[in-house]
Amino acid sequence: MTSPAPSIVPVPRQKPNALFEYLLRLGDDRLILGHRLSEWCGHGPILEEDIALANVSLDLLGQATIFLRMAGELEGQGRNEDALAYFRDAVEFRNCQLVELPKGDFAFTIARQFLFDVYDVVLLDALASSANSQLAAVAAKSLKEARYHVRHSGEWMLKLGDGTDESHRRVQTALDSLWRFTAELFAADDVDSELSASGVAPDLASLQPKWESLVREVLDRATLTTPAGLPRPARTRGGRSGAHTEHLGHLLAEMQIVARSHPGATW
Amino acid sequence: MIRVLGATTRDEVLAVLDTVMDPEVPVLSVRELGIVRDVLVDDRDGVTVVVTPTYSGCPAIQVIEHDILAALEHAGFANAKVRTTYSPPWTTDWIPESARAKLKAYGIAPPGHRDDGGGLVQLLRARQAPPCPYCDSRETEIRSEFGSTACKSVCWCRSCRQPFEEFKAI
Repeated sequence: MTSPAPSIVPVPRQKPNALFEYLLRLGDDRLILGHRLSEWCGHGPILEEDIALANVSLDLLGQATIFLRMAGELEGQGRNEDALAYFRDAVEFRNCQLVELPKGDFAFTIARQFLFDVYDVVLLDALASSANSQLAAVAAKSLKEARYHVRHSGEWMLKLGDGTDESHRRVQTALDSLWRFTAELFAADDVDSELSASGVAPDLASLQPKWESLVREVLDRATLTTPAGLPRPARTRGGRSGAHTEHLGHLLAEMQIVARSHPGATW
Repeated sequence: MIRVLGATTRDEVLAVLDTVMDPEVPVLSVRELGIVRDVLVDDRDGVTVVVTPTYSGCPAIQVIEHDILAALEHAGFANAKVRTTYSPPWTTDWIPESARAKLKAYGIAPPGHRDDGGGLVQLLRARQAPPCPYCDSRETEIRSEFGSTACKSVCWCRSCRQPFEEFKAI
C-alpha cells in the first residue's frame, strides 16, 4: 500500500482548547513575572527588598507550577509543568507583554508589580468562584498570596510617589511608560468569551473599572498622576496569542538554557 | 515489619505524623501546622496521607512529603502515598493554641487574626505589628512582611531592642 500523496490543502488549525489556553495564560504570567523578579536576587537596593522580591517571585513560581501542571494534565500529551516552562518557544507563551518587560530600575519593577498585583487580586477574587472547582480552589489559595503582594507593592508606591523628587520622578516615568501595556490585561478574545459564558472565568471587561478605581486610589494617595485616559483594550495581537516584545526571547534564552542543554537531567 | 491494616490503623498513622516536624519551623509537627488534612486507610490502596501546601511556592513541601513517607515506612507502612489538595486553602487559623505557645517559646510571634476584610487592596501601614515574643511589649513594628521563609515576616521590638519573626496570618 502506498502512502497518500501529501496534501496541498493545509490542515485546518485545530481550535485550541479554551481552558488549556486559559491555564497557560495564568501560568505564564506568573512564570515570566516570577523570573523577572528573581533577577533582583542579590541586587536589591536594601536587604529587606532583596528578600521581599525573591519571596514574591517564589510565590508566583509556585502558582505557575500549579497552573502549568493543570494545563499539562488537561492536554494529556505527557507534558508536565517543566516541559511547558522549558521546552516551549516564545510564540507558544501566553503571558501578557506587561510581565516580560525588562526589570528596569527599582521604581519600574515596583510600578509594574503594583499594576499587576491589583489586576491579580481582582482577577483571583473573581476566579475563586469559578464553575471549575479545581480552578476556584487554586485561585482562592493564590488570592491569599496576591493580597500581601499588593500590600507590599502598594506601600512602595506610596513611599516612592510621596518620597523625594527623584523617587517621584522615577516612579511617575515608570507608570507613564507601563500604562499602555495594561490594556492587554482586559482585552477579551474568544478564549475569554467562551470561558466566561460557561462561568469558568470572569468577564474581563467587567474587571477593568474595579482595577482602575483601586489603582487610582493608591496613585492619588501617592501624589502620582494616573496617566490620562483609560487604556483601551488592545486591538492588535498581543501576548495572549503569542505575539511578544523582543524581550521575551532573551528572557527565555536565559531561563531555558540549562534544561535544554541537559534534557532529562535530575539532581 | 509489614503492618496489617486494621481498625486502629488511622490512629497509628496519625501518631506517626505527630513525630514529623516541619523542616523550617522544627518545633511544630506537620499536623500542628495543619498541613495534614486527612489520612485514608483502604484495604486495596493502603495508607494515603492528604496534605495541603502552606504557600504555593513553599520549597519545603517536597521535603515534608519525603519526611512523611520516610517516617511511615520506618513505622511499617511501606506503601503509603501522599496526595496534595488545594481546597480548602491553608490558613494559619488551623494552628491550635498549644502550637502557638510553642512558636512563641521558640521566638516566633504566633499568627494573629487574618485581615481579610477592608477591601482587596490594603496597605502595609494599616496592619498592626504583633506583640514581642520575648518581652510581650506592644512597642513593635513590622520591618518587612517578607523574611527567611515565605511564612514569616520580620519585626522589631522597640522595648527590648531585638528583631523577631512573626508567623504571618493568612
